[in-house]
Amino acid sequence: MRECEYSQISTRSSTPMETPYKKRTPKKRKWQLFPGRNKFYCDGRIMMAKQTGVFYLTLVLILATCGLFFTFDCPFLALQLTPVIPVIGGVLFLFVLGSLLRTSFSDPGVLPRATPDEAADLERQIDVANGTTGYRPPPRTKEVVINGQTVKLKYCFTCKIFRPPRASHCSLCDNCVERFDHHCPWVGNCVGRRNYRFFYMFILSLSFLTIFIFSFVITHIILESHRSGFLSALKESPASVLEVVVCFFSVWSIVGLSGFHTYLISSNQTTNEDIKGSWSSKRGKDNYNPYSYGNIVTNCCAALCGPLPPSLIDRRGFIQSGVPQIAPPANGIPMYGSTQSQQSHMVSESENERQPPPLSSSSKAPMVHHHFLTPEEMPSPPGMLPCGSPMGHSPMGHSPTVQAGFYNPASQDSLHEDSVRGLVKLSSV
Amino acid sequence: MATEFHNLQELRQSASLANKVFIQRDYSEGTTCKFQTKFPSELETRIERSLFEDTVKTLNNYYAEAEKIGGQSYLEGCLACATAYLIFLCIETRYEKVLKKIAKYIQEQNEKIYAPRGLLITDPIERGMRVVEISIYEDRGSSGSSSSSSSVSGSTTR
Repeated sequence: MRECEYSQISTRSSTPMETPYKKRTPKKRKWQLFPGRNKFYCDGRIMMAKQTGVFYLTLVLILATCGLFFTFDCPFLALQLTPVIPVIGGVLFLFVLGSLLRTSFSDPGVLPRATPDEAADLERQIDVANGTTGYRPPPRTKEVVINGQTVKLKYCFTCKIFRPPRASHCSLCDNCVERFDHHCPWVGNCVGRRNYRFFYMFILSLSFLTIFIFSFVITHIILESHRSGFLSALKESPASVLEVVVCFFSVWSIVGLSGFHTYLISSNQTTNEDIKGSWSSKRGKDNYNPYSYGNIVTNCCAALCGPLPPSLIDRRGFIQSGVPQIAPPANGIPMYGSTQSQQSHMVSESENERQPPPLSSSSKAPMVHHHFLTPEEMPSPPGMLPCGSPMGHSPMGHSPTVQAGFYNPASQDSLHEDSVRGLVKLSSV
Repeated sequence: MATEFHNLQELRQSASLANKVFIQRDYSEGTTCKFQTKFPSELETRIERSLFEDTVKTLNNYYAEAEKIGGQSYLEGCLACATAYLIFLCIETRYEKVLKKIAKYIQEQNEKIYAPRGLLITDPIERGMRVVEISIYEDRGSSGSSSSSSSVSGSTTR
């Protein structure tokens, strides 16, 4: 029996050209079965969000503006003023590009989803705490006192964990991210614990670069118009006009953003917390930020020069056969088996059935994902989710009968879906 | 009655997984990595409380060392920034060095203390630093059962 099972699995995972008796299956890396909605490149080395269009726009704007600057303005400036100008410009440009790529390509601090054992254990604990075995949904929050301040830890239905403090679930990437700041479409990634300092250095250096280019292009035009008049100066280097326009509009937003993030860093807050006013004194007299170190310098140093934690998702590691993996929602339905013993067989079969070979571009995943959104701050009102069974929550919209053997989808999801959609509209703005 | 296992290999071969205990994170000091030292009731018959607490406290100390913000971490951060983070192609970050120490420590603890008692600690890094997973093994005497089957289905092996 065991032999049959084993060869069944190997048949499904192998390509049609391979012989069905071949026992060795190509080893998959963990990023190929990553349950979030990220895109991976270079065999898992690069990790980005699903929508990367705006990132390419950012890249094009920066490259084009700098290209024009170096081609049309720098020769003049180097001759008339000093050759140091293109050098400084070059250094700034490289720094901006480096920090942008670093922000966009690195793991922001994604928390891996709970293994089925963990999830079952948590469910058991929650049931015990509430003393219910019926369908009344438990509150799913835990309170923790951090440095004298009470903080509520919310349960993430998608990742099946209690989110650590300051973590939040990104509905666009469908991951819980540690110290979640915001999802930035301009860099095509979430900004979280592991790439916040790169993001900050990016916007800071971009501010300097924008101001630098703006001021020197203006200088160029002014010097040129002293020589040959304003209109002919413009005619000689029309690129300068374009640069001025781009820089003028960028300066306001980028410099403003840098200022805002400087404030956030000095008070050790995330954008998320600031927007919600989590630590503002308006909430209460005794409300204060428990994570702040007390003085600005320490806060800045901690945010920018603190130790860089490693990635928790190990995207380039190999999947060990026999270890239960959480199958990605290939058709929008997460597969969380109920018991351990069933789970390993079920998951490996489902992996082989539903897993499209290599999941390098999640554009293959159907649009069902949009129904799968779990908003960041989804409250847990009573009546939302009958979570009597330990099999957990399955938010999805399509073909509930596919997973009929596993859980009871219909009733719990329609209610949930409506609330998810309503809340998602708010959070995705 | 839990039988004596002499080493990790024997544990894996002749025992089957009975249960898993999860030691959750302790967030009372903020977001730094720290695990609760509360002794879980499932381990009461298996291991002495002091041994367990020592293990968890040592792990907590290691993590505190990795995440310590001080002179050395600032130096590392500034050096890395100055070299555009290319320096990490050559050297390891302090965090990674400490993680290696932790892995070795856990291996050592498993070999010396936990495996002889039919327990196995999983490195928290493999669980996203959320939990310390302690697997409890029962000696079944059958070598046919796979290690991932729970005790419920374990009885169906031939």
